[in-house]
Amino acid sequence: MRERSTRLLLLFVVVLTTFSFFVTWPSNPKRYLPDFIPWPVEDCVGGICIGKGIDIFGIERREMRLGLDLRGGTRLVLEADISGQPDVDLNEALDTAVDVVERRVNAFGVAESITERVGANRLSVQLPGISSDEAVDKIGRTAQLQFMELALAANGEVIFVQLDGTTTTQPLSTVLANELLIQEAQYVPVTVVDEQGVRLEISGAFLDRGDIFVDRNAAGLPQLNFGMNDEGAKLLSQATARLSNPPQPMAFFLDNEPIRGADGFVIAPRVRSQISDNGVIDGLTLGDAQTLAKLLRSGAFPIPLRVVQVEDVDATLGDQAVVDSVQAGLIAIVVVMAFMVLYYRLPGVLAALALFVYVSLTLAVFKLAPVTITSAGMAAFVLSVGMAVDANVLIFERMKEELRVGRSLVGAIDTGFARAWTSIRDSNVSTLITCVILYWFGDQFGASLVKGFALTLALGVLVSMFSAITVTRTFLHALVGTTVMRHLWLFGSDVAAARGAAPAAGLRPAAARGGTQEGAEP
Amino acid sequence: MIDFVGKRLWFYIFSMLIILPGLVSLLLPDGLRQGIEFSSGTTFTLRFAEPVGEDALRSALAELGHAGARIQKTAEGRLLVRTDLIEGASEAPPFGPALPSEREELETALQERFGPLLDSDGNVANRFLEFSSVSPSVSSDIGRNAALAVVAASVAILIYITLTFASVPKPIRYGASAIFALAHDILVVLGAASILGRLFDFEIDTLFITATLTIVGFSVHDSIVVFDRVRENVRRAEAAGLDVRLADAVNASLNQTLGRSLNTSITVVLTLVALILLGGETIRDFLIIMLIGLVSGTYSSIFVASQILVSWDEGDLPKLLRGEPAEEAA
Repeated sequence: MRERSTRLLLLFVVVLTTFSFFVTWPSNPKRYLPDFIPWPVEDCVGGICIGKGIDIFGIERREMRLGLDLRGGTRLVLEADISGQPDVDLNEALDTAVDVVERRVNAFGVAESITERVGANRLSVQLPGISSDEAVDKIGRTAQLQFMELALAANGEVIFVQLDGTTTTQPLSTVLANELLIQEAQYVPVTVVDEQGVRLEISGAFLDRGDIFVDRNAAGLPQLNFGMNDEGAKLLSQATARLSNPPQPMAFFLDNEPIRGADGFVIAPRVRSQISDNGVIDGLTLGDAQTLAKLLRSGAFPIPLRVVQVEDVDATLGDQAVVDSVQAGLIAIVVVMAFMVLYYRLPGVLAALALFVYVSLTLAVFKLAPVTITSAGMAAFVLSVGMAVDANVLIFERMKEELRVGRSLVGAIDTGFARAWTSIRDSNVSTLITCVILYWFGDQFGASLVKGFALTLALGVLVSMFSAITVTRTFLHALVGTTVMRHLWLFGSDVAAARGAAPAAGLRPAAARGGTQEGAEP
Repeated sequence: MIDFVGKRLWFYIFSMLIILPGLVSLLLPDGLRQGIEFSSGTTFTLRFAEPVGEDALRSALAELGHAGARIQKTAEGRLLVRTDLIEGASEAPPFGPALPSEREELETALQERFGPLLDSDGNVANRFLEFSSVSPSVSSDIGRNAALAVVAASVAILIYITLTFASVPKPIRYGASAIFALAHDILVVLGAASILGRLFDFEIDTLFITATLTIVGFSVHDSIVVFDRVRENVRRAEAAGLDVRLADAVNASLNQTLGRSLNTSITVVLTLVALILLGGETIRDFLIIMLIGLVSGTYSSIFVASQILVSWDEGDLPKLLRGEPAEEAA
């Protein structure tokens, strides 16, 4: 029974490790292997390729998501254009724009960006791992939302601009009856006169940024919900009272371009009743709705900003430094494995195997989650490797103690684990508590560095507990029934000496020992 | 069995000797030198006729007094450089020819080393391509926020340890001692950073904050492993009906966990040394800080956390105040 479950677990560990190893294997191994290890240069002869990553049925390999410090990314330079608004405080407006950029970066899940003010009127934004088109589209937009209504001429008719630039008009009732005309009509910002008699445009500035979300309407189609702030609600109810009689279309423009729906048409629903504090935009594709929601939640730039430069940059730590460090890390892991084998002998070999399993598993988790790995994440990983090794060391030290007092191998394994478990649990749980709090703080204060560190360390610790408890124990159990117990030197000379000499069981009161069963002594 | 507990006064003195110079250095003006990430600086793009490596340019800039520059390759062999503040134009002197500005001096010095600078079309221009001042790229609040997070984490750990050590008398002392050792390690690291800053221009950057957080994780982890053994020994003695002094239980636990403590530290030290010797230059300072913290963390779990626990139990502090040496009392 016991042997069968051990064999099943062993199989599970082997399958899991193989899978993780395939996932983790870099698409360009040559880059990370130390120079003295020969690796074939990437070369394809016909359909057979060597020197690349391992190919599984031609599935596209996903790359590890690395931060700006390790891989580089896209650099955008944005320039403020205040020609239209000469009385704006440029300094303050740029500071606000930096906040907006950082909110957008967080909203789009791009970790570890660098935003700097450059010179008098520019911002430099570095974003890891996204294409330049994406960067311009998501970060570089002004994101000014406008509520638009039909442009009416002095005679109350709707204005149309022909291709040659001339304008014509059509009666409002004709336009309202014809969807095509609604599409082609001219729109102007919805304006209202507030209590002080000032004419105001209703824009994204009046949105309640905490109340913008995407869900599905009764028909199951995506819709963007938006809430207005107090002032915006007053203005909107005034405007919709006017526009709902007769029901006229209201369009939404983002940065002076009409927002179009999944069908490619301008979204311009009729205002059927007076609305005030919240509304919905229907007809968007799900992707567009989500992008729009993120942009609106992050707010608009207070002044128009133009993308003046887009370029690819490499890692802030320097590409060579990154490659050197990965190579050094590989060497370090091999050295640690060698140390474990020399010091703990047979259990050390198992620990080295467990470490291999641990590293493959953790990197696979990072890659699949995916977690953005930065230098902070690498530090957390190094620490978690140390903790994973520590768990094994704790188990082996306890196991050796039990072997020295004359326990059987099975008894020593089980007692060793039981004794080591409380220390592994308490030390790792306290590390996890630290991670949770660091993550929360990092989130509150926008310190993505602290957040990234906490996340990688927490994942590393969780995998290390799994690895110590399941993997090492399974490996040890797999030894039971083999002939190793006849070669006690495999567990260290001190164990062999203690067992060879007088029975040592009397060293400690038997009553104080744990209640695990004694296995058969070979 | 090594008598760790009896020599605890010496361990305290040793820790004081390590921490005091660092603490003094910290409290003096300019205790910690802030890196360029936290301050305004200058960014420029340049392009040499011959390709120049990032490391070569970085060390050349350091020699010219602009240490810690961030250098990134961009398209067409251009290099994007972020340094501390460099004056673009010198103030016009009251008489005589205009002195070269800091920027011009730097352009000249770099061309002496690496050959001519090109403009964006590839012609020799002898000038940087773009040159402007930049705001801090990291808010200096990050240090304060990280410190607050560590304080909050310490409180949570104190609560957790108190709960999980509830089976032994006075569990809160275990948590408090672990947090005390944590404070010890943070002081060692901050002090070391301060002294390194005075001696070798070591600067605090976001990597340093990461290293400190790593040490927080390690320190508590290491202390708890020793305390777990103390808990086991105390409970075992109680179960056997023996009245064991906590000092003896702690000493036995320290001896039993010594092998594990050293082996775990050795594995992490091996990793760090490999990274320091072979890894990239840009993370070397960070790794050295990690190494210092790690050694301190191992030391403090044996020679500080456990000893504080014993001192508390033995009432060393009241005895000391009454004028009796703690050593003889132990």
